[in-house]
Amino acid sequence: MTQPGHPAAFRTDEPIVSLFEVTKRFPGVVANDSVSLDLWPGEVHVLLGENGAGKSTLIGMLSGIQTPDSGAILVDGREQVIDTPARALELGIGTVFQHAMLVPSLTVVENIALGGPAWSRPDKRGIAARMAEVCAGIGVRVDPHAPVGSLSLGEQQQVEIVRALMRGSRVLVLDEATAMLTPKGSEELGALMRRLVARGLAVVFITHKLNEALAFGHRISVLRLGRKVGEITPDRLTALTPQVVTAEVVRLMFGSDAASAGTASGPERQPFAGGAPVLEISGLAVDDEAVPLADVDLTVAAGEIVGIAGIDGNGQKQFAEAVAGQRPLRQGRIDLDGRPIAALAIGERHRRGLRYVTDDRLGEGTVAAFPVSLNLLLKRVGDDLFWAGGLERSGPIADHARRLVAEYDVRTPGVETPIGKLSGGNIQKALLARELSGEARAVIFAKPTYGLDVQNIRASRRRIREAADRGLAVILISTDLEEVLELSDRIAVMSQGRIVGMVANDRSARLRVGELMSGVAT
Amino acid sequence: MTLETADSPPISPTALRPALRRHLHLIATTVVPLVAALALSGLILALLGVDPLAYYGWVVQRGLLSPSGLEATATRMAPLLLIAASLIVAFRAGIWNLGGDGQFLLAAVIVAAAAPALSGHLPNWAVLSCCLILGAAVGAAWSVVPALLKAWQNVNEIITTLMMTFLGVSLANVLVKLAFLDPRTTVPQTRTLAVADRLPRLFETTVSSGLLIGLVAIVLVHLIMTRTAFGLKLRIVGANPRAALHAGLPVPRLTVAVFAISAALAGLAGAVEIVGVQGNVRADWNPAYGLTVVPLVFLARFNGFASIAFVFLFSVLSIGGESAARRLGVPNHFTLVVVAILLIMLGITEHLDQRRRAAGR
Amino acid sequence: MSALFTEAFLTALILGAVTAGLPLMLAGLGEQISEKAGVLNIGLEGMMLIGAYGGFLVAYGSGSIWLGFLAGAVGGAAVAAVMAVLCVGLGLNQIVIGIALTLGAEGMTALQHHFQFAQSYPRLPAVPTLPIPGLSSLPVIGPALFDRPAIVYLAVAAVAVTSWVFRRTHLGLALQAAGDKPAALDAAGVGVVAIRSAAVLTAGALAGLGGAFMSEVGAGIFVPFMTNGAGFIGIVLAMLARGHPLWLLCGAVLFGACLSITTALQVAGVDIPTDVIQMLPFATVLLILILFGRRAALPPALGVHYVRGAR
Repeated sequence: MTQPGHPAAFRTDEPIVSLFEVTKRFPGVVANDSVSLDLWPGEVHVLLGENGAGKSTLIGMLSGIQTPDSGAILVDGREQVIDTPARALELGIGTVFQHAMLVPSLTVVENIALGGPAWSRPDKRGIAARMAEVCAGIGVRVDPHAPVGSLSLGEQQQVEIVRALMRGSRVLVLDEATAMLTPKGSEELGALMRRLVARGLAVVFITHKLNEALAFGHRISVLRLGRKVGEITPDRLTALTPQVVTAEVVRLMFGSDAASAGTASGPERQPFAGGAPVLEISGLAVDDEAVPLADVDLTVAAGEIVGIAGIDGNGQKQFAEAVAGQRPLRQGRIDLDGRPIAALAIGERHRRGLRYVTDDRLGEGTVAAFPVSLNLLLKRVGDDLFWAGGLERSGPIADHARRLVAEYDVRTPGVETPIGKLSGGNIQKALLARELSGEARAVIFAKPTYGLDVQNIRASRRRIREAADRGLAVILISTDLEEVLELSDRIAVMSQGRIVGMVANDRSARLRVGELMSGVAT
Repeated sequence: MTLETADSPPISPTALRPALRRHLHLIATTVVPLVAALALSGLILALLGVDPLAYYGWVVQRGLLSPSGLEATATRMAPLLLIAASLIVAFRAGIWNLGGDGQFLLAAVIVAAAAPALSGHLPNWAVLSCCLILGAAVGAAWSVVPALLKAWQNVNEIITTLMMTFLGVSLANVLVKLAFLDPRTTVPQTRTLAVADRLPRLFETTVSSGLLIGLVAIVLVHLIMTRTAFGLKLRIVGANPRAALHAGLPVPRLTVAVFAISAALAGLAGAVEIVGVQGNVRADWNPAYGLTVVPLVFLARFNGFASIAFVFLFSVLSIGGESAARRLGVPNHFTLVVVAILLIMLGITEHLDQRRRAAGR
Repeated sequence: MSALFTEAFLTALILGAVTAGLPLMLAGLGEQISEKAGVLNIGLEGMMLIGAYGGFLVAYGSGSIWLGFLAGAVGGAAVAAVMAVLCVGLGLNQIVIGIALTLGAEGMTALQHHFQFAQSYPRLPAVPTLPIPGLSSLPVIGPALFDRPAIVYLAVAAVAVTSWVFRRTHLGLALQAAGDKPAALDAAGVGVVAIRSAAVLTAGALAGLGGAFMSEVGAGIFVPFMTNGAGFIGIVLAMLARGHPLWLLCGAVLFGACLSITTALQVAGVDIPTDVIQMLPFATVLLILILFGRRAALPPALGVHYVRGAR
């Protein structure tokens, strides 16, 4: 890993933007607690921190989506109130959000024209020409007349960067920009960032990936629980070895005790000894507008964890839903314990022991307004144990809930509390309790630690190991390569709706999986 | 953004005081919009040159305090309770069945045609039972198209049920004028069911026993929706259709069931109104109860028992308003204004309440 | 039945179609604008009624039909303003408030009408027509289409203007973004609330104008509940026209033809009860929904309140 040198070609005696002790509170939470930050021209300033560390709020205040409760934002040394996104743009602060802020039904030029004087006609030709100019300057290529909905996420990001530059942005904020990209795409974005700062821009790059912070950044600030806990200046970053910087950043991110533990949930798994096949999937094909599945074969044995790695949106969701029964198959077989289940409805598959822990916890996993107790029985409504002849038996329902809440350490004021009021980590615990309890045989975990904090990540990973140790067949779908490498016995890589390779989880797995994910290997 | 609240207590022992607070709070958020709506409506009356106090006084006197008025109010409640039950089923399941008027009127017309035809051939109790069942069936049948379109094509049910209502109201008129016309009268109307053959009166009063049917229906609906597995399934579909799918519930079939039950109750309301009160249907008769009951069930937050209270209140307003129309010259369309303002006040109160809660946390 | 396709029949049919279809078109156009921006406007019926009443009242009082049309548009926009504040601003449920506005407008106009015109039922004089030189002397379509009150031409022009705004202006892009991905519009520095409010107000003004047309040109009189579901038909037409103002024009005229065919048939000497004919348009819509329901496209953010920064 090479340290990029500090470009010194511009005035660097004054930061373009300074945050001075900004604080932002939300009900029950201090999202940012007097955070100070300087954004210098010619620098990629990396903001590192876990989910919930306060990165998004900080960006929100830079881009005019939120305003600080106290503290000040200085632009060119003068205090400014950035209360709307329009004001941020006026001050030269452009933001590229994690989820593209483009209208999918409009073309690239139309998106760029958005916000022009209401009654005038968008000058599409002129915009396309200026776009071409900016694109050439920073070395990207975008078709100006393509509908945005037809572009890949990486291309959409490029469009947003180009748009920000066309609006005269001097500060470019990139929010989790690499989260959805292939390793190769991330490399390209890194190179692009370096070309941008070489032109005198200040780039803010938000990530929770350490290696990218070291590879792309000139300056690193670490956020933790809403506070800025440390900053590594450019001169130190060049002076220190990557190992030293890594250790320091890990200590800052996770606290001193976590420096060695990280997110690992325990010792490395014992190599899988082999067992009888439980879940057998062959020739699976599913129709889908975005990513159709074809020729998916996968067999998982009792006690085995098969990881499915891949860039998000390559058919993982479709696969999980098809196996769980939420999508019709075009063709293919699914056998559980040697019996075909592909023709069975969702509920029947669940009764036979097939479990699906969805990643969309509030969207489909739970009914937010319903109490924890009923959410724990969401897939068993009408079960004789809890409904006598269709009539609710509140006693057994509450007992069942209390037992699971205790067993799975769900922190809730009570089992009657609406589940939507719990934190993401506790909702995930409730989901795990629901899916792993009872007569489970095979479990599909979809991004089981997405959006959780370290403690809950650890707890979730422990549950996954325990499930396999109990003899369940486990499919672990994750976009976090570290997680897949930590837990899996074998790793399948999914790309464009197909399984493009299966790798035993040994020393060379990381390299092989990376190659398969980025499409280098065939 | 949520931060972990790792140190929150596992189970709260002090559950009573929050429960009490919740009740008080519920009453406050119900009474405040009610009073505000009555005050604003009174202001409108004053602007029209009518003394609001005299008007409200008359309404209370005629709808609530006088014995005959109270009996009329109780009788009026019967169809309204059934429509409220119809709406509670639909709204709790997340379905906007705004087709109640069509379902109600068509069932009423067909029951009005069937009742005199059947009476004489069957014992009275059998005629009445047949009519009630027929009304429910006609109502349910009139929801088949919106139900199927919603369940399998995901066509917005607001549009389809409204269309079916317009179609149903016209069809009902066509039936009255062309098919079921009573040849013995000059007024275009259906044959009349003799008063003796109608639903029995309650005790020594003029109150129709339709009131009992309405009360039983709404309490039953409330219990089904809150205490049974079937009701829970419907509520899951209503609160989060994707979760329902994820949990393996047969969403299209449940959707059709919701339409069927909801529309059957609206149809039953029509039947009860005919065999209980009207005895026939005149051409162009359309009480248009459907949309006016919507605000009442919202105000009751889809709770059956609270709905009974609000239906009662509305019936007082409505019976008293009809009397006031004759006596004070204020058309009873004024009731529509009260209901509209009430709905808006309710929305604003809930909004302010949410804001207050968000700020207070 | 040989009398069916006489010149008189066809003229009456087309003339009736335009007169009955025009309010639907105006209301539908408004709904289309509002839906494009992401607001489902169930209160359209109420806005039309207020427009009908306000238009009639002012036209009757002032003697100027143009002041009447203006009053109708302002009245509709005033009801829409309530919707804009409550639904776009505060984020209250669009369906609930829409129902409330329709009920309230029904009650208010009936009440007002009772207090002002309970004894007398004044009629407005026939609205003068503006024949278009040359075209108005064509057979059948001349008197039916080109010898109409000036407001008819203006309404058709409104369709063309809307179409132009949708396709050729920054405003069109902003409307589309507000209904499709409001956060993107916000990020581009355009206020979502402002765009949506403007769309709702425009919808109200157009619906009010449609109502005023009904009372001033169509009937010459105000009758309580006279819109009789026209607003709801406008909503359906807007959904079926899928964002194309021109389709809306065609749909509204077809619908108007269904509504007016009774009169035309009476001209031709065929007697069919009005109620049967009145069912035609609704049955047609249902048939269309059954056949093409799946394709009735709605913007993704329709009915969803936009909160900046909410995820």
